[in-house]
Amino acid sequence: MTEITKQTLSDLVENIKKKKVSSTEVTKAFIERSKKSKKLNTYITENFNAALDKAKKFDEKPNLDLKLPGIPIAVKDLFCTKNVRTTAGSKILNNFIPTYESTVTKNIWNEGGILLGKLNCDEFAMGSSNETSFFGNVQNPISQNLVPGGSSGGSASALAAQLTPVTIGTDTGGSIRQPASFTGTVGLKPTYGSCSRYGIVAFASSLDQAGPMSQNVKDCALLYEVISSYDKKDSTSIDFKRNNYSQKLTKDIKGKKIGVPKEYRVDNMPKEIDELWQKGIKCIKNCGAEIIEISLPHTSYALPTYYIVAPAEASSNLARYDGVKYGFRAEGKNLIEMYEKTRSEGFGEEVQRRIMIGTYVLSSGYYDAYYLKAQKVRKLIKNDFDEAYKKVDAILTPSTPSSAFKIGEKNNDPVSMYLNDIFTVPVNLAGLPGISIPAGHDSQGYPLGLQIIGKSFDEQNIINIAYSMEEKIEFKNNIKDWWIG
Amino acid sequence: MTIDLKTIKHIAKLSRISVNDTKAEKLADDLNAIFKFIEKLNELKTEKIKPLTSVAETPLKLRTDEVKSENIREDIIKNSPEDNQDYFVVPKVIE
Repeated sequence: MTEITKQTLSDLVENIKKKKVSSTEVTKAFIERSKKSKKLNTYITENFNAALDKAKKFDEKPNLDLKLPGIPIAVKDLFCTKNVRTTAGSKILNNFIPTYESTVTKNIWNEGGILLGKLNCDEFAMGSSNETSFFGNVQNPISQNLVPGGSSGGSASALAAQLTPVTIGTDTGGSIRQPASFTGTVGLKPTYGSCSRYGIVAFASSLDQAGPMSQNVKDCALLYEVISSYDKKDSTSIDFKRNNYSQKLTKDIKGKKIGVPKEYRVDNMPKEIDELWQKGIKCIKNCGAEIIEISLPHTSYALPTYYIVAPAEASSNLARYDGVKYGFRAEGKNLIEMYEKTRSEGFGEEVQRRIMIGTYVLSSGYYDAYYLKAQKVRKLIKNDFDEAYKKVDAILTPSTPSSAFKIGEKNNDPVSMYLNDIFTVPVNLAGLPGISIPAGHDSQGYPLGLQIIGKSFDEQNIINIAYSMEEKIEFKNNIKDWWIG
Repeated sequence: MTIDLKTIKHIAKLSRISVNDTKAEKLADDLNAIFKFIEKLNELKTEKIKPLTSVAETPLKLRTDEVKSENIREDIIKNSPEDNQDYFVVPKVIE
């Protein structure tokens, strides 16, 4: 049997079911490796002892009909976990211990998953490099001083370094797909309304979605079918027929029509990204699908729209952090001063910047010019996709405009950091599902990803396309253990 | 259009975030760069477009108004920075 931490989720599930290995052995193996990973800084809160107890209990009375039988899983620290600290990467929630469980994590535990720990992320999921976290940078295991992407940077790094067999992240503008691309892993942003937002620390409620991150497409399908559910506790959760995605996996995508949007060939796109895209197009053709050139004319307006809509919703969502009900409180002479000091000391720079943008675009006299305008352009962006889907079944694009960059490289220029999400943001604005799969390397050996965008609720289709491409691409992640200590 | 320091301080007040002059200047620079980037939207004519408020095409569901939670008073107060019996404590607001 292969070394435990090198196995995929599907292998681990099979081996536990066949009693070749116990949950305790698996959990121990991931804990041991995680303990040696301090240099990566992926964990904000470790749950190792409790995880071992749970694994032992599972082994005493194993329920092998479950989908994740005794599998240890570390999750992004944006999911509320009952009695386990949940920080959202922020000082303001540094001491917050939820008294309830998010629906998505509850779904995982109900299928036999065991919480291994809480993973680092950009503060309130606002960032593309994991550098805005109050708990410090995360290293990408691919190379020293390289960002893992963000905001689900800790999740991506822990997954790529095999500290957890799979993980979950959240994606508001690319926060699952971009870090997956930067670390050579698979990440799925489901259709808006597919995974419940209940118990996820809110950033931009009309865009936020939870999703699976994994070593391969099959694992992604399995974890996705566990976490997606209709939930009355989330008023935007949608009651549609959910598949057993992993069982309905097929590599047969013959005759599928795949769109390639010309507007994604942006100015200054590095040659290697264009080459990767061409490679993807060839691969899709080899799988028997048809490539069709399409147009998404409002693509270049997606980022400016996003940077109105997301901060506006964030400024409203983050109004709850006032130093009264939970979290950090600074002292003040009176109530207002207490609020202002709490928020100015409790939130980091990027979060304050976005609250300010959001407050401004919603403020009296500017609402129509910014917020309403952005909602109208958002409609145009959605119309573009609706129009394209009359001709194609899915869309193929690069996941990111570049490979992972160095820690500190883009810190001083918010706009250049925002440009990272140029290919992922339109998908959130239109509420569509998108999956990023590793598809190649740049000249430095850093991974690059391709994104497949689907129609609403058509996850099975994009997962199948990804599954078919994965086999042909034969991507290998060359991660050395330089960070082990 | 540029956002001046006076506007920054006004937004900060609305946001309940304290800013000193140095911080206000930095924020003004950042916000001006971001809004310059956002101004691109003005290229589009949108008078006749209906704003999109939700991507979910189904209307929001109504549910019956039932009390479901148990007595969770303790849970609610548990994470507060300061409380007294069943109350959140804040700095004095009435002289």
